[in-house]
Amino acid sequence: MARTGTHPVLGGRLAGLTSLRLADNDSLDATDPRGRLVVVGNGMAGARFVEEVLGRGGGDQFRITVFGEELHGNYNRIMLSPVLAGEEHEDGIVLNSHDWYADNRVTLRAGIRVERIDTAAKQVLAADGSITPYDHLVLATGSRSFIPPMAGIRDADGGLLPGVLGFRTIDETRALLAAAAVHQRAVVLGGGLLGLEAARALQAHGMQVELVHAAPHLMNAQLDAEAGAILKRSVESLGITVHLDVLASEVAGPGRMRGVVLADGRRIDADLLVVAAGVRANTDVAVLSGLEVQRAVVVDDQLRTDDPDVYAIGECAQHRGEVYGLVAPAWEHARVLADVLTGTDPTAEYHGSRTATKLKVAGVDVAVMGISAPERDDDEFLVISEPRRGVHLSVVVRDDRLVGATLLGDTRKVAALAQAFDRGSPLPEERIRLLVDLSDGKADVGVAELPGDSQVCNCNGVSKQGICDAVAGGCGSVGAVMDRTRAGKGCGSCKGLVKQIVEWAADGDVAEDASAGWYVPGIPLAKPALMAAIREQDLRSVSAVFAALAPGGGEDAKSKMGLTSLLKLVWGVDFLPEKDGEFINDRVHGNIQRDGTFSVVPQIKGGVTTPAQLRRIADVAEKFEVPMVKITGGQRIDLLGVRKEDLPAMWNDLGMPSGYAYGKSFRTVKTCVGSDFCRFGLGDSTRLGVDLETRFQGIESPAKLKMAVVGCPRNCAEAYVKDVGVVAVGNGRWEVYVGGAAGATIRKGDLLATVDSPAAVIELTGRFLQHYRENANWLERTYDFVPRIGLERIRQVLLADSEGSCADLDARMQRSIDAYTDPWGQDGKQPATPGQFRTSLPLIALPQVPVR
Amino acid sequence: MSLTGVATSTRAAYTVGRVEDVPPGEGRAFVAGNVQVAVFRLRDGSLHATQAACPHAGGPLADGQTDLDVLVCPLHLYAYRWSDGGSSAGLRAVRTYPVRDVDGDLVVDV
Repeated sequence: MARTGTHPVLGGRLAGLTSLRLADNDSLDATDPRGRLVVVGNGMAGARFVEEVLGRGGGDQFRITVFGEELHGNYNRIMLSPVLAGEEHEDGIVLNSHDWYADNRVTLRAGIRVERIDTAAKQVLAADGSITPYDHLVLATGSRSFIPPMAGIRDADGGLLPGVLGFRTIDETRALLAAAAVHQRAVVLGGGLLGLEAARALQAHGMQVELVHAAPHLMNAQLDAEAGAILKRSVESLGITVHLDVLASEVAGPGRMRGVVLADGRRIDADLLVVAAGVRANTDVAVLSGLEVQRAVVVDDQLRTDDPDVYAIGECAQHRGEVYGLVAPAWEHARVLADVLTGTDPTAEYHGSRTATKLKVAGVDVAVMGISAPERDDDEFLVISEPRRGVHLSVVVRDDRLVGATLLGDTRKVAALAQAFDRGSPLPEERIRLLVDLSDGKADVGVAELPGDSQVCNCNGVSKQGICDAVAGGCGSVGAVMDRTRAGKGCGSCKGLVKQIVEWAADGDVAEDASAGWYVPGIPLAKPALMAAIREQDLRSVSAVFAALAPGGGEDAKSKMGLTSLLKLVWGVDFLPEKDGEFINDRVHGNIQRDGTFSVVPQIKGGVTTPAQLRRIADVAEKFEVPMVKITGGQRIDLLGVRKEDLPAMWNDLGMPSGYAYGKSFRTVKTCVGSDFCRFGLGDSTRLGVDLETRFQGIESPAKLKMAVVGCPRNCAEAYVKDVGVVAVGNGRWEVYVGGAAGATIRKGDLLATVDSPAAVIELTGRFLQHYRENANWLERTYDFVPRIGLERIRQVLLADSEGSCADLDARMQRSIDAYTDPWGQDGKQPATPGQFRTSLPLIALPQVPVR
Repeated sequence: MSLTGVATSTRAAYTVGRVEDVPPGEGRAFVAGNVQVAVFRLRDGSLHATQAACPHAGGPLADGQTDLDVLVCPLHLYAYRWSDGGSSAGLRAVRTYPVRDVDGDLVVDV
């Protein structure tokens, strides 16, 4: 790309500006029935607004005309700093080329300045003498550099003295680049974001740069004094001289900029002065047109000015007293106004922005959101300051919500903080965790430092890079990434980490999964609302639920299993079963193995068996040539590698009930030998374990349930890490723990209560299980459920009967217990559907599971 | 490519069973010629046939769960579209076969 000698039009056509249409076109279009939408300003706000309108089909509603004062197409103003620093080519920052406007039938009047709007006649009067009528007019005139009143800064014509430049446009950026190529010394006026970036960029071109800032510390609009001081050290370490708390009073000539005189009399000799001392909204057009202007053009919640057909968006708009200087609010304006004008949502309103920014200032990472210092007496303020490392972190918390955060030099926590700031989500009790990762025994590596190839989801072999690629590929939510990569869809123990990485990779710009609160992905209802709808509409089968409650009545394969479970819970014996609503494990009452065979686990209550039972199992295993017989972790015997077609005959020969080692249901109760034989036993744990298993056998639940009873706190059957664990503590008393886990997640259960009889244990267990069944999300184990609800709250409901629900919980659990039938005894005799036990894989060689 | 072309051009129709052998919403495995296929009858009555073993890890697809858009393998819950056999997780596509109801017979072209 030869760019020498001329100043090409950025985003222009190679053949010239052929896409520019003349105003006369309007008269040719006299028969066009579309409304006339005119946008004044072709910057970040104006062009985005046009995109939003087109995205809503507005191209068919409106003839769109855009006036741009610059000759260029629309470019990314935020990227001017990298262009100035030589890190980015200017072609790379074009957002919408001239061709884009032509392709979308948008008339771009580039290089034409609008002078005034005749709001009475509804016409735009431009500097070229053209008159453009409008039905709706949008002002997106942005802002311009503020030129401080310094002596000698302007030449005789009122223009800037040669050698004095602003830093707002691509033309100014080109001029700065040209100056950097021939001059050695520059002064940058302004120690805000723009000034610092200009200083850094010019210094990178080898210029000697001095920065003059009127306030006592750098970036005073965003940072407090302490953080500003740390930033100053970082900037100075780059070789930039910083002068604070001093005004520049004069530009020294003659003829061109040759130096800057400060208010204290010092003089800095230089050839280039970059003015970056703040911006002012471009309101000239609005003022001349008689619109209400304060600091900027005053708009209401629909971005409307005091003229009903004139709107203002972006940096030239003042909404509820706020004028924003960031792109995110401008884009929110564009969305809301596009909704309103296209009629997509005529009631759309803008209610202000919570601004969070993350940027690199002069090579230093900075992230700022909300307020930077406490404002009220009871605001919490946490500061971590490490001047030597150039790190300064602070948060402001009000009423348990994050209302401000400033991160300088280390922005690793920005994603989590931005989420907490935007959504008002709950904060960690230990506030310091907002700013640093505290190690809890395991090495807690921030997701930023995690190498790309490190495996995040071990079940499905997904690396951090895989997750980042999915985000880059357009997955905008944690759920979408999980669907695409299957990360977190195995055992689920990595879900938290997956979420963190997604948030980090998306820079905090993560959509809340609408479906996150739904019980199953295919029905847009949370569990309580879904249960209520099922009862009210008398929906007794999975297909009835889809027909009544799914969008468009469409079924969803991945929702069927959860719905089957829920319907069994709601209806008990009155549930209308449909085999296709069940997972294969539930259809054939065995756990499918990697080679398509099944495992058969007979019930052995409390892990207590007999020689006769063992003999029978041994005979059956031999008869059916079972490839592996294994003692399970749940104190049972697993017959592995059983062909589907053999299942009914095998159950018949076993003559034992199912042990439910395959379902999202109550599975087993492990016990120790308790008081019968153990010399330490304090209670009859085996008896109680057998009784618990007898009572709750086959109860379906949101996720599997594992229990244990131990006769003393030595905990030989690991009751402390079970969904419900019972521990004899002597004198006839038993402790009941809930929410424990020793799988992919390890968690000691919480002590729910200490009770004084086995009957009380059984009653409390049933009540807890029913509460869990009715309130847990699908596949939510008790170790997530108990902390989510809170132990105190569970105690109040189950022990103090704070909701008056205990009797109902007990009754509904009893109903489920009464509905129990042994599936092996039932389906073994008569298949539930044709071919229920037909093989699905007789012919093809499968990955062989080695037979030991 | 040429092999596939030959196979396609010499497709043969096989009657593998009766429509009622496949309960609504479920799948069953059959042999068509010497090819093992999984045949599904969806809740809307439509019929679909795929290769019997999952291309990912050989799972028995006839044991999977279905809706009107996808088939979900029972082993690792990867979903394959009926429309083209493709997977949203980017796995190798599952092969699909034409299947139709001829007077109650299930006829599969392989």
